[in-house]
Amino acid sequence: MIKAILIFNNHGKPRLIRFYQYFAEDMQQQIIRETFHLVSKRDDNVCNFLEGGSLIGGSDYKLIYRHYATLYFVFCVDSSESELGILDLIQVFVETLDKCFENVCELDLIFHMDKVHYILQEVVMGGMVLETNMNEIIAQVEVQNRLEKSESLPFILH
Amino acid sequence: MSDVVEKTLTALPSLLSLDSQPGSAKLSTNSKLGSLIRGITELTSKHEEEKLIQRELSSIKEQVSSPNTTMRQMKELMVRTIYCEMLGYEATFSYIHAIKLAQQGNVLEKRVGYLAVSLFLNESHELLLLLVNTVLKDLQSTNLIEVCMALTVVSQMFPKDMIPAILPLVEEKLNHSKEIIRRKAVLALYKFYLIAPNQVQHIHNRFRKALCDKDPGVMSASLHIYLQLIQENPESYKDLTASFVTILKQVVAGKLPMDFNYHSVPAPWLQIQLLRILSLLGKSDQSTSEVMYEILDESLRRAEMNHNITYAILYECVKCIYTIHPKSELLEKAAKVIGNFVLSQRINLKYLGLKALTYVVHQDPRLALQHQMTIIECLDHPDVIIKRETLELLFRITNDQNVTVIVEKMLDFMSINKEDHTTADLVGKVAELAEKYAPDNEWFVETMNTVFSVGGDTLQPDIPNSFLKLLSEGFDDEEENKKLRLFAVNSYISLLQGEPSKLPQRFLQAICWVLGEYSHLREDVEPDLVLRLLVKLLNIKSTSSETKSWILMAMTKLCSGGAPLSVPLEVSETYSSSMDTMLRQRAQELQYLSQNPELQARVLPRGVSQEPMEVDSSLSFLDGFVSEALAAGAAPYKPPHQRQEELSRSKALSLEPYGLSLPISMSSCSIADRQSPTLLSVSSGLSGDRTDHSHKGGSTTLKLDGVRRVWGKEGYLAQRESAEETAPVEAPSPLQPLVQQGDGDASYSQTPTPIPECEQEKQQLASSLFVGLASQSSVCLMGKSEQTSQRFRRKLKDPAASFPSSTQNPLVSPPSSVGHLLLDSSISSDLISSPEQTHLSSVDLTVANGEVELPDRDMKGIKSTLLREDSALAAGSSPHEELDRPKDSCLTSHLPAELSGLPHSEITPLCTSPSLDLSSCHVQKDDSLVLLVFMKSSSDYDIQQIQVQVTCEELEVSCVCDSPVEELKSHGVVVCQYFLTVKSPSVYFVLSGMMSHQIPDNSLQETQFSHRIPLTSFLRPLRLSTEEYGTMWLAFSHDTKQNLPLMMDAEEPLTATLKVLKDKLQLHVVEIIGNEGIVACCLRQDQPCLLHCRVHAGMLAVWLRSPIPELPDCLLYHCQRALQES
Repeated sequence: MIKAILIFNNHGKPRLIRFYQYFAEDMQQQIIRETFHLVSKRDDNVCNFLEGGSLIGGSDYKLIYRHYATLYFVFCVDSSESELGILDLIQVFVETLDKCFENVCELDLIFHMDKVHYILQEVVMGGMVLETNMNEIIAQVEVQNRLEKSESLPFILH
Repeated sequence: MSDVVEKTLTALPSLLSLDSQPGSAKLSTNSKLGSLIRGITELTSKHEEEKLIQRELSSIKEQVSSPNTTMRQMKELMVRTIYCEMLGYEATFSYIHAIKLAQQGNVLEKRVGYLAVSLFLNESHELLLLLVNTVLKDLQSTNLIEVCMALTVVSQMFPKDMIPAILPLVEEKLNHSKEIIRRKAVLALYKFYLIAPNQVQHIHNRFRKALCDKDPGVMSASLHIYLQLIQENPESYKDLTASFVTILKQVVAGKLPMDFNYHSVPAPWLQIQLLRILSLLGKSDQSTSEVMYEILDESLRRAEMNHNITYAILYECVKCIYTIHPKSELLEKAAKVIGNFVLSQRINLKYLGLKALTYVVHQDPRLALQHQMTIIECLDHPDVIIKRETLELLFRITNDQNVTVIVEKMLDFMSINKEDHTTADLVGKVAELAEKYAPDNEWFVETMNTVFSVGGDTLQPDIPNSFLKLLSEGFDDEEENKKLRLFAVNSYISLLQGEPSKLPQRFLQAICWVLGEYSHLREDVEPDLVLRLLVKLLNIKSTSSETKSWILMAMTKLCSGGAPLSVPLEVSETYSSSMDTMLRQRAQELQYLSQNPELQARVLPRGVSQEPMEVDSSLSFLDGFVSEALAAGAAPYKPPHQRQEELSRSKALSLEPYGLSLPISMSSCSIADRQSPTLLSVSSGLSGDRTDHSHKGGSTTLKLDGVRRVWGKEGYLAQRESAEETAPVEAPSPLQPLVQQGDGDASYSQTPTPIPECEQEKQQLASSLFVGLASQSSVCLMGKSEQTSQRFRRKLKDPAASFPSSTQNPLVSPPSSVGHLLLDSSISSDLISSPEQTHLSSVDLTVANGEVELPDRDMKGIKSTLLREDSALAAGSSPHEELDRPKDSCLTSHLPAELSGLPHSEITPLCTSPSLDLSSCHVQKDDSLVLLVFMKSSSDYDIQQIQVQVTCEELEVSCVCDSPVEELKSHGVVVCQYFLTVKSPSVYFVLSGMMSHQIPDNSLQETQFSHRIPLTSFLRPLRLSTEEYGTMWLAFSHDTKQNLPLMMDAEEPLTATLKVLKDKLQLHVVEIIGNEGIVACCLRQDQPCLLHCRVHAGMLAVWLRSPIPELPDCLLYHCQRALQES
C-alpha cells in the first residue's frame, strides 16, 4: 500500500500532497517538513530509500524518493511494495507528466496542481497501484481532456 | 452575429485559463490562482504568507457562500482552496461546498468537487454521508467518466457503514464492458475488503472471475486482493497456485501485448506481484513449492537485462526462493544474485543486497561470510542508510564471540546519528545483545551505561525494567550475582561522583534503585557517602520529581544500615511539604522508617532472595479501619469510574487540576515490593522475543534441512583464500558441490585493492565480526542454542505471577528451558560441538595472526558427523508425530463421566514433548463450554508437577482443578477441565497455553501450544416467545444488515435456509410468518443475539441485533459460512 505521495521543491515548498491514510492537517504538514528534512540532506549519490520518519510510522514504512532538478518526488509505502518497483513507478509518473505538459517543469505543477492530481489518480487509486503503463495512463487523461474541450465549445457556438 | 462575437469574447479568458495545452503556465497567471501563487512567491516571510492566505481564504469564504456564485466559479474557487489546504491552512468552511460541487456540477465541476472532497475529508468525517447519494447516482450514470470518478472517490474513502448501499452497484461494475471500469471496481472492492471484510465475504468467487478476466489489467488489479487474502490465509488458496504459475509463465514468455512492456521487460510490476503471491503460497509447503521451481528458474534466467526494473524482479525472485521450500539448485542461483547485488556499484542494489542478506542469513550464514569484506566496507559507507542496514545484518549474526565488536559498531553509529527513532531502535537492540551474549560483567554494565546515557529518555521503558529485573533475579551462580551487582554499584558511584546532571532521568532512576538495593555489598563505602551523593542528585534542578521519589526510596533503604540520621531527616523535612503528593509520601516513609529500625527491617528486609511477595490486593487487612470509618459517618468508597460517571452527570466540579498528583508510575508500586520494582512489567519484551524465536526455530526445521547441508565450517580462512586467489579452492563437501566452485565468478573476486595496511585492518575486523558464524551459529542463529550460549540466563518466571489463583508452586525457579524439541536439538548440538570448540578457537587464533592455515581434513570429518546427527534427528521426529494419531482415538474413554453423554468435538493433538502428549477437545454443556486437555504420558517414568495454563483474551477461562497435577504415572492419562465463557465475541477464539512439568532431574520443562475454537461452539439456542422477542429487539442497539444466499432449490426456501442455520449453528427459530422469520440465539444468558430474516429479491436479507457490539458481525460470518457450505 502507498500511504502518501509528496512532491516538494528544493526548499521544501509542497507542490502536490496526497495522503492515502488519514492524518490531521497539522500532522500532514509536520510529515512534509520531516520528510523534506530527511530527504534534502541526502546527496545525490546515495540510495533512494529511507526509513520513514518517526511521524509516519517509523521503520515499518519506507520513503522512496527521486530528485529531479528542482523537485523531490517522495512515495511513502509499507512493506508490501517493492522498493525498486516503486522507484520505477515514480519514473513512469514523471515521464507521463512530461508527456502531458511537454517538458514538465515546476511551474506546471504549481499552476496545474489539479491536473497533476487527475493524472496521479490514473496511476495510483486509493493507495493501490492502478496502472503502470504510460500509454494507458495518457489515454485516460486524454479522454478527460477531450471532455474539457467539448465543454467549452458550446460557449463559442452559441 | 455580433451577439455571437460578444459571447465568444467573454468566454475567451476563462477558456484560456482552462487550457491544458503546453506552455499554458504563463497564460494561467492571469487567473486568480495565478495571482495568488505569484503573490506567495513574492513574499519574504512565513508571517506574510500567513496573512496573505488568510485574506485569500476569507475572500473565498465570502464568495462560496454567496448565492450568486455559479458552479463554474465555484470550481475555480475550489482549486484555490485546495492550494491553500496544501500549504497547510485549513478551510473547513469549504468542505460542504466541495460536496455540493460534486453533487450539482457538470462533469468537469464534479471532477474538481470529488478531488476536493477526497483531499479534504477522511473516512469518518460526518459530511461524507452527504456524498453517498451522489456516488450512488454517479455509479448508475451512463457517462463513463462519472462512473470512474465515483469509483475513484469510493476507493479513496467511503463511510464503512454505508458500504452495503453501494456494494451491489460496484459489484455490477465487475461485468462492465469497459476494462478500465472493471479494473477500478476490483480495486474499490479490495478497499471495501480492507475496511469491512465481512461485507464482501459473499463475493469471493467474483474475485476469481476477475482473476480470469480477459484483460490483463483487470487481472493484475485482482492480484492486489489475492495478495492480501493469501497473506491472511494461505491454506484456502493453494488450489490457485497452478493458475498463478501459468500466468507468470505467460508473462515471462512475453505472451502479453507489447503495450505491457516496460523497457522491453514484460509487465514487470505484474511479475513482482505474482512472485510475492507465490512466495506466500509456497512457504513451508513442499508440494506447492515444487510447482513453482521451474518458473522461478525461468524468471531468474530471463531477468538478465541491465535495467533497474529487472533487478526489482530478481530481488523478488530471490526472496521467493528463500521463502519457499528450498531447492538447492535455485538456492545456489539466488545466492549468486544476492552476491551481484551486494557487490554492485549501484547503491540502491547494494542496499537491497544487504537487505536480502539480512533476510537469508537465518538460513544461510555462509553467504554473509562470503561477502564479509563488502559488509565491512559498507560499515564505513558514506550513506547512513547503508550503514544502518549493515548494522541490522550484523545484529542478526551476533553471537557470544563477536558481540563486543558488533556492539561497539552500533554504539559508534549511534554517536553520529541524530535521529530519535533510529537511536531508540538501535539502543533496544544493543540492550538485547548485551543481555544475551555479554562476555563479562564489566562489559555488560558498561555497555548498559552507554545504552542508558545515549538512549536518554527516548528509551523504551522495558529496557531499564528488564535490566533491573536481571540484576535482582540474577542467575544461577550466587557468587557471580554478587560480582555483577558490586560492579554496577562501583560504576554508579563513580558516575555520580562525576557530573550526574548530564545523565538522563531514566538512567538516574536505575542508578538510585541499584544503589539503594546493593550499595551495602561494598563494605568499604559508608552509606553516608552514598547518601550524600543522592542528596547532591536531589538538589540538581533538572532532576524530575519522578526521579526524586526514586532517590527518596533509595535513601529509605540505605538508612537501615544504622547510618547517621541527620541527612535523611533534613531531606524528609524538605520534601514532606512538597506539592507533589508522591514525593510527600516518600518523604514521610523515609522519616518514619529511618527513625524506626525495627519497622524498617520488617518492611524492607535486606538480602532476602526473590521470594515473590504475596500481596493482598483486596486490602482485607484494612477492613477494620474501613468499618470504623463508615460507622463514624464517612462516605463509602467509590471506584474511579463510578466517580467519573457521577462527575460527568453533575458537571459542576472538575477535579482535573488534581490529576497530576495521582501518577500511576513505576515508582508508585515499588515500595511495596523491595526486590523487584519491575514486576509491573509482567513480561519484558526480551523474554517475549525469545519464546518467539524458539517458535520460529521449531517451525522452520524442515526448511533448514535442505539448506544446512551446504554449510561448511571453513570460517574466515577458506573465504579469504578464495577471495585472494580468484579461483576458489574450497574443500568440496562430501555431500554436495559448493556453490561458487567452478563458476570462476568474477564478482566474488572483486575485492577492492586499497592500500594493504588498510586491507589488513579490515580483515582483522572481519575475523572478529564473523567469528563463530560458520560453526555453532548455524544452530544458534535460529535461536535454538540461545539457551546454552546465553550468559545471563533468566530464571523462569513464576507461574503464579500470571496465574493469580494458583497456590504457591514449590518449583519456582529451576533453570528455564524452552520447548522440548528445541531442548533436544540444543543438547545434541552441544554434544557434537564440544570437541570441536577447542578446534575452532585454534583456527581463530591463526586468523588473528594473519597466517593462513586450514586444518581442513579434521573439519570435514566433523562436518560429516554433524550432518549425520542432524539427519538422524530429523528422521527421528517425523514418525513420532505420525504415531500420535491412532493414540488419540482411545482418549475418548478418558472423558469424565459427567460429560461423556454430551456432544464433544474431535480430539485433536495440541503438542507433544518427549515425555508428554497433549490433546484436547471441547464439550458443549447447556450453559457453557468445557475444554478438556488430555495429558498422556509417553515416558517410562512418572512425571511430576504438571501444570497447564490456558489463556485467551476474549474468553474467561476458569480451571476446575487449580493445583498442578502432582504425579502422572508412566503411560497414564490425566484430564484437565476448563470452563470457558465469552468475554468479548470474536469469529475464532485462539487459546494459548503453556504446559510445564518436572522431569526426573528436577528441572522444569515447558511447552507452548495454541488451540482454536470457533464462535459457533459457544452458540446456544435462545428460546423465546414472539412477544419477548419483540421487546428485546427494541432494546438492543448494535445491529448489522446483510444479504445472504437463499437455498433457492428447496421447496420453501426460507424454511430450508433457516433450518440449515438451526442445525449448524444451534439457532432457535422463534417463528416464521410468510416470507419473514425471526431467530434467536445467545452465548450466555446475558449475551443474546436476535436475527430478523426476510426473503427479498432472491436473497435472504438478515438483520442482526444484539447488546454486544461485536456479536452481530461475528455471527454473520458464521451464518455466511454455514450457508455457503451447504
